[in-house]
Amino acid sequence: MASSIPWRTGEVKEVVWETPRVKSIMLAVPGWPGHLAGQHVDLRLTAENGYQAQRSYSLATPPEQQGIALAVERLRDGEVSTFLTDELRPGDQLELRGPLGGYFTWEVKQGGPLALVSGGSGVVPFMAMIRHRAARASDVPVDLLCSWRTLEDIIFRDELARLAERTDGFRLSHAITRSASPLPPGVYGRRIDRAMLLESLPRPEAKPLVYVCGPTPMVESVANLLVSVGHPPERVKTERFGATGGAS
Amino acid sequence: MNLDGNAAAGVLREVFTEEMTTSECRCESCHRLSALGQLLMYGGAMGVVLRCPSCTAIVLRVTSARRGWFVEMRGVIHVTQAGPVADS
Repeated sequence: MASSIPWRTGEVKEVVWETPRVKSIMLAVPGWPGHLAGQHVDLRLTAENGYQAQRSYSLATPPEQQGIALAVERLRDGEVSTFLTDELRPGDQLELRGPLGGYFTWEVKQGGPLALVSGGSGVVPFMAMIRHRAARASDVPVDLLCSWRTLEDIIFRDELARLAERTDGFRLSHAITRSASPLPPGVYGRRIDRAMLLESLPRPEAKPLVYVCGPTPMVESVANLLVSVGHPPERVKTERFGATGGAS
Repeated sequence: MNLDGNAAAGVLREVFTEEMTTSECRCESCHRLSALGQLLMYGGAMGVVLRCPSCTAIVLRVTSARRGWFVEMRGVIHVTQAGPVADS
């Protein structure tokens, strides 16, 4: 394994609004050493006065694809995310290092079944895993349960629906927590609860590898529910995101 | 609010020059073995504090100083390099 983790310069190739608040950023990174589904990069912005801000973003692209893609949610008053969603243009350069984190990753050869639960843009590392699975034509059973505020917030909506239609062992469920309008059939209209976890994910007896990614409060609540329905805590991997305790 | 040790992968990589989130450490306080990626991470501009997910004792503290990193490991008995905690 390489002994250092250099900062690299990536060039923005394309930026696409996925939802009214989430933008995909496609980058070409010369010297990129390849990555595993579920890994992330640290991204560093430097202001003209030398002030630096650093954030971590999960990779949405599978190892099989050229280049990397991030999905950035625009946070109100977010000093990094507003720049990335509002200012960044193709041709711009970004400073990043990675791939990082071997803990929250998955490869086809690890097998399954997989139980994936996401809150909002927590779906991004799972997108890399699902795309990796599709690229390898794998039939490892994968159940993905995604929680969103409204239907309009669903990231990768069409691609997820297309992959679920293949009925090759990938099962998709959405839970909408704040919708006023009627929901399509098969979409839960409530927060994730025990019944939903039992219905939409493999039962604990199937010994799934469980991954939960989302904002800290959602991850805490879902991880506790998963343990309460019988998933052993050591098989539940979590990745929280959001503001941390210190200055950021 | 905290994140997971996995979010500290970049800092840990810088300090230890290896991917560390799959390595395991034993908490000095409660003796639980956890992957570093599994620890509770509290972070800020100055560095990160990693706590045991079981007893919340401070396991590892990394502070960025002018001349480099300051690493305090009083809360850990040992660290072992392990494969992914995937299947057993």
